[in-house]
Amino acid sequence: MSDRPGSGADVIWAAGSPGLGAPADTEWEMVIGLEVHAELLTRSKLFSGSPNAFGGEPNTNIDPVCMGLPGTLPVLNRHAVELAIRVGLSLGSLVQPSVFARKNYFYPDMPKDYQISQYDRPINVGGSLELPTGKVIGIVRAHLEEDTGKTTHMGGAGRIDDAAYSLVDYNRAGVPLLEIVSYPDLRSPAEAREYVTELRSTLLAVGASDGKMEEGSLRVDANVSVRPVGAGEFGTRCEIKNVNSLRSLGRALEYEARRQIRMLSVGEPVTQQTRHWNEDTGRTSALRTKEEATDYRYFPEPDLVPLDPDPAWVERIRAELPLLPRERRHRLAGLIGEDPARVSLVTERGQDDLALAAIEAGAAPAAVLKHLEQNLADGSGELTADGLAELIGMEARGELTSNQVKDVLAEMVRTGESPATVARRAGFEAVAAGELAAVVDRIIAEHPEEWRRLCAGDGRERKKMQGFFTGQVMRATKGQANGRDVATLLADRAGS
Amino acid sequence: MTAAGPALAIAAAVRGGERSATSVVEESLAAIASGAELAAFNTVTAEAALARARRIDDAVAAGEDPGCLAGVPVALKDNICTRGVATTCSSRILEGWEPPYDATVVGRLNAAGGIVVGKTNMDEFAMGSSTENSAFGPTLNPCDPARVPGGSSGGSAAAVAAAMTPVALGSDTGGSIRQPAALCGVVGMKPTYGRVSRYGLVAFASSLDQIGPITCTVADAALVYSAIAGHDPLDSTSIPEPAGDMSGALGEGVAGLRVGIVAELSGEGIDGDVSARLGAAAESLASLGAEVGEVSVPAAVYGLSAYFLIAPAEASSNLARYDGVRYGLRVPAATAADMNVATRTAGFGDEVKRRIMLGTFALSAGYYDAYYGKALKVRTLVLRDFAAAYERFDVLLAPTSPTVAFRFGERTGNPLAMYLSDACTVASNLAGHPAISVPAGSGADGLPVGVQVMAPALGEAVMFRAAAALERAQADRRPAGSGGATAGSASP
Repeated sequence: MSDRPGSGADVIWAAGSPGLGAPADTEWEMVIGLEVHAELLTRSKLFSGSPNAFGGEPNTNIDPVCMGLPGTLPVLNRHAVELAIRVGLSLGSLVQPSVFARKNYFYPDMPKDYQISQYDRPINVGGSLELPTGKVIGIVRAHLEEDTGKTTHMGGAGRIDDAAYSLVDYNRAGVPLLEIVSYPDLRSPAEAREYVTELRSTLLAVGASDGKMEEGSLRVDANVSVRPVGAGEFGTRCEIKNVNSLRSLGRALEYEARRQIRMLSVGEPVTQQTRHWNEDTGRTSALRTKEEATDYRYFPEPDLVPLDPDPAWVERIRAELPLLPRERRHRLAGLIGEDPARVSLVTERGQDDLALAAIEAGAAPAAVLKHLEQNLADGSGELTADGLAELIGMEARGELTSNQVKDVLAEMVRTGESPATVARRAGFEAVAAGELAAVVDRIIAEHPEEWRRLCAGDGRERKKMQGFFTGQVMRATKGQANGRDVATLLADRAGS
Repeated sequence: MTAAGPALAIAAAVRGGERSATSVVEESLAAIASGAELAAFNTVTAEAALARARRIDDAVAAGEDPGCLAGVPVALKDNICTRGVATTCSSRILEGWEPPYDATVVGRLNAAGGIVVGKTNMDEFAMGSSTENSAFGPTLNPCDPARVPGGSSGGSAAAVAAAMTPVALGSDTGGSIRQPAALCGVVGMKPTYGRVSRYGLVAFASSLDQIGPITCTVADAALVYSAIAGHDPLDSTSIPEPAGDMSGALGEGVAGLRVGIVAELSGEGIDGDVSARLGAAAESLASLGAEVGEVSVPAAVYGLSAYFLIAPAEASSNLARYDGVRYGLRVPAATAADMNVATRTAGFGDEVKRRIMLGTFALSAGYYDAYYGKALKVRTLVLRDFAAAYERFDVLLAPTSPTVAFRFGERTGNPLAMYLSDACTVASNLAGHPAISVPAGSGADGLPVGVQVMAPALGEAVMFRAAAALERAQADRRPAGSGGATAGSASP
């Protein structure tokens, strides 16, 4: 069997070799849990004053504390705590008194050779995230920790073991991270992508992170296992690292599921491993096994006191939370009597306030949804809710053709003017839909012979006569009529 | 107020324009030079000290007050960071490293007019009780050069005992200020954990480390303590409440003060000469009106065991950063991991390696509960037992060290024998309580014995009050002309 992943549309399929491992007709399902690391949008680092900024010259955003120089001590960034609490409250987590711990392991890009993280007392425990489909994914915890620096291995294959030398940039060292751990509730790559998208929207909504996967401010590690559909127990999982985009996440999960299913199908057990996703080869490869895993020797960080946020402060943060993506979906869906999943495109684009206001101003909900979804993919610009409602009214009354509506809407997005103003300037008033029909009917009446040839002729003749009538209508409307509208009217009158 | 110690005397004279800071510093530098064979200092910052002295003299001439430590020479243990001046922790691994910042205490000394004259020798990374673990060789005890000065702040204690500087700062993780002070016949004080900022103190065991003064007299210790103590936003474990002025407490006397002798720290394992001095000290306090009794702090007997799990555990993590990547020693090797191993193998001495291994083991999966976790429980018990003792007594009394200064090499072959040097002092570190060692006369071979006054958390005032009374009682007993480090006495 080739090692390359297939088209990968669906990872639940029948597989297996007869006589080995699982029966040949076994249907498999994936079990996925995600660990998302989000860099928090603070001005300074988690425990020191240097800027939390992306893209600076190497080793410019550093200070004695984040470099772990002897004698320095961490001081917790209050804003990072507030952002962590905002996320926790958004996920419905319990925000609890927490303790920082040291996670000890040697690595050149970690200045102290331990990471200050949270271990048995994280700031946020429990909670859930509702996907647009309505499925609810459980959250284990969301804890604060500091980021590491970045190592670039030069020479060899670019790995630490065979590099000629390595360069370390500590700009990222000490940047605040929130690690959000889900329960293994996800069942497909598509669902995993939905989860990350929804989580990202939530982080953006509360201002906790900029969610830029391409800049590494949102990073995803995936725990993946497979099991026969209907099995109660989970299979042995592997952890996939180095997934840098939503697309990679889907590809990596599909590859990994196929790899595990292939092994199980031939009776080979899956070993618990940490695996590295290689974007170029489209494969995962083993980094280390469970036996090789580091003993992190966690213990409470003695340089920090326990973090015990004032309950009044937590309540103030809760009161100031904006509407979350889930709440926005339910609000819009409730108003227009649609399923929340149906309106998720609009809420993800942040256009639900516009939709609600337009409906409030009297526009038909279905028409609002249609325009937002089809014509406003690049944003609503200067468009006002009243303008949109007015436009939808004009369309419903036949004052504008559907193509005119599109043109007017585009201009409204640019200028913020009312549809009447835009239509008048474009001369669309003269050929409003009702009037165009009258012109078409008059010209048909004036040219009975040509009309007969159009109705009775073969394909070529018909096309020729359509051209004739379109030309007549254009002349009569001084070119203001829309060709497609004319064709529609002619087809309608010809009864075809 | 009459000066009650060389630091107070110098500051008063310099502030009053009677002495120049320059002459004080020149005298100190001369004493350091003539006592070079004691190897108390790793670095002497003569030029910078003289430059500062001139600025202080200029300030006095201009009618300004340089502060309560005006012109007072100060020696710093070499684990206290000094901007642009090597800070080695007496370790090869940090040789040549110059911090880009001053420790908070250095800033406070400077603000009070103190003058740093150099960095003192110590056991490597403060791990030891004799300075024999210094990578640069041991410091000799000024009382008897064949004997250790104690440790780990041995260089600081020797500098003060040999009158090189009237003040030195040390750090105390399990007794490292008090024990060398006792062995050198000077005063050494460990403040309440959190009273003095640890920012800029190279960490050994973060939950136990505390900076404190080594001086000739209790009054000088109180003066320096008040200058360096107080809240520091750079240290999250720093106590917000102001430390306050201790000078009032010094003369209060001990009439009615309840003094408890800790049974667990004063019987078995304590040399007879040391016990005798403790008994005499207790008697003298009683004769001054204190109510002296015996008290039990049962968990104290487990203190040493708990200490030798907690301290190495934290040290194993704190010392991980010396990996050859960013500063200090680097021994090149083929891979980053090999470089790491080669650097640490060459850069750390045996005792540091021993404690890193102990601590790594104590924190390992499967052993954490049995070792580190249990040690934390003992720590809680120590706190509980101290709390019970302080319901009945205002201060507690114990020897500082089980023995007088021992000879070089006497304990280096047996780490456990060396660890017993801390038996009487670690309990205060585990509890985070203040304690001070006061000279209490001579023991075997005429060597100094120290007695320790312990107080509850934030109880510095009552601790200084009892210590000052103890010191006065000693001075009164001492035959006239016997000298000693005390330059003057406040007693009438």
